[in-house]
Amino acid sequence: MTTVRIPSPLRRYTNGQSKVESSGTSINAIIDDLEAQYPGVKARLCDDSGQIKRYVNVFVNDEEIRTLQGGDTPVGEKDEVSIIPAMAGGQA
Amino acid sequence: MSYLSRDQLMAKLRKEIKEISVHELAEQMESDKDLTVVDIRGLDEWDQGNIKGSIHIPRGFLELNIETHARDRDKPVAVLCAGGVRSLLGARDLETMGYTNVFSVAGGFNGWKNAGFNFVVPRVMTNEQRQRYSRHTIMPEVGEEGQLKLLDSKVLIIGAGGLGSPTAIYLAAAGVGTIGIVDFDVVDTSNLQRQIIHKMEDVDKPKVESAARSIAQLNPDVKVIGHRTQITSQNAFDIIGQYDLVINGSDNFPTRYLVNDACVILGKPLVDASIFRFEGQVTVYDTANDGPCYRCLYPDPPPPGEVPSCAEGGVFGVLPGIIGSLEAVEAIKLLLGEGTTLAGRLLAYDALEAEFRELKVAKDKNCPVCGEHPTVTELIDYHQFCGVPSAEPVGINGAVKEAALA
Repeated sequence: MTTVRIPSPLRRYTNGQSKVESSGTSINAIIDDLEAQYPGVKARLCDDSGQIKRYVNVFVNDEEIRTLQGGDTPVGEKDEVSIIPAMAGGQA
Repeated sequence: MSYLSRDQLMAKLRKEIKEISVHELAEQMESDKDLTVVDIRGLDEWDQGNIKGSIHIPRGFLELNIETHARDRDKPVAVLCAGGVRSLLGARDLETMGYTNVFSVAGGFNGWKNAGFNFVVPRVMTNEQRQRYSRHTIMPEVGEEGQLKLLDSKVLIIGAGGLGSPTAIYLAAAGVGTIGIVDFDVVDTSNLQRQIIHKMEDVDKPKVESAARSIAQLNPDVKVIGHRTQITSQNAFDIIGQYDLVINGSDNFPTRYLVNDACVILGKPLVDASIFRFEGQVTVYDTANDGPCYRCLYPDPPPPGEVPSCAEGGVFGVLPGIIGSLEAVEAIKLLLGEGTTLAGRLLAYDALEAEFRELKVAKDKNCPVCGEHPTVTELIDYHQFCGVPSAEPVGINGAVKEAALA
């Protein structure tokens, strides 16, 4: 199982959990497994064609998957996946 | 033992020590590259003006320090004081040490000045400043030179809110000489939970005025320029162009893309952060030094409403204190040119878990603003870019928050 870090805006899908476990050997497989466990989460990460949205950054350890192999980036059990969405807050 | 009065000593030295006039000094400084001009006046006299190219060794340290500046005993050394008296004593001491080509400048610095020759007034800190910044200046990474650099620096802060409050306060305390603040809003009671630059008495007053008041109470060295306006594609270059560096503490996507693009195009470093609930992100975009920009990390904005605002989702009050302080740290490092910045790295903080994570931000060679073949070379319509109806007043305070709430 791989640990996936869930950002605040998506924690309503994961019962408030900031870290969840997911099985899968690639980012795409991990997202599908997350969707099976926490319905609704995939629509927040991927567009209708299943591509990861451009304003969502997914990291395997400290590397962003666009610099690796995108959704096909392999993920091992010891890797940590982080989802980092764009956030705008700061002033108001 | 023979006794000499002050006048007898001076008369004796005038016979023994070679003197030159200020005009001869000026000529020799022009023609003789081997000449060392040593100004032996006190620090306060030196600070009020000195001859460019002269070195300063106060009389009390002359014999102790001369060898680091004039190694060769046979090369010419001109000794200068205020009026040409102390320099006779100094020249005699150098002769005692074996310097063979020493002379005293008759008339001294005052004679030089009165003859109309150029002099420089060094940039110095006041006694009050030396005391105020002593914990900075004692560190070699800052020093008096670095502190003067900070005092000469101009930093623009976008938003005097959660992030802008601690950032502005720490920059002001550190002696950043000019702080510009862009904010159109007035202080609301719900701001006081985290926007520590504002006080209860400031409620309903413009944030730029309230911030300027707080800074004035903290450090009179700091000039605050309040831009009580919304930053737009029309005014962004004019405002940002006045500053050395920009710190982003805005609350909506159109402003974030606008400020990013303007900074890339103008070549200004941008310290960027955002916060939501218990989480914060901070990084540096320094494209003039080959770093990535906001668009490398987030090529497209999320559709309105997809990402909740702090007004909707809340924000832990201390969080901007941490993240805004990190922005201040990065800004001061950039101004001093010290250390390694967060350029190319995103620092993510989760206050609930008490965890910091560092993530790489790669430069996108296809980035439309900072890539190899940029397609965005001027500021665009950021309402449209972010999918916000352009009729809505998008500014740093505005519309996207409303859109997100809807």
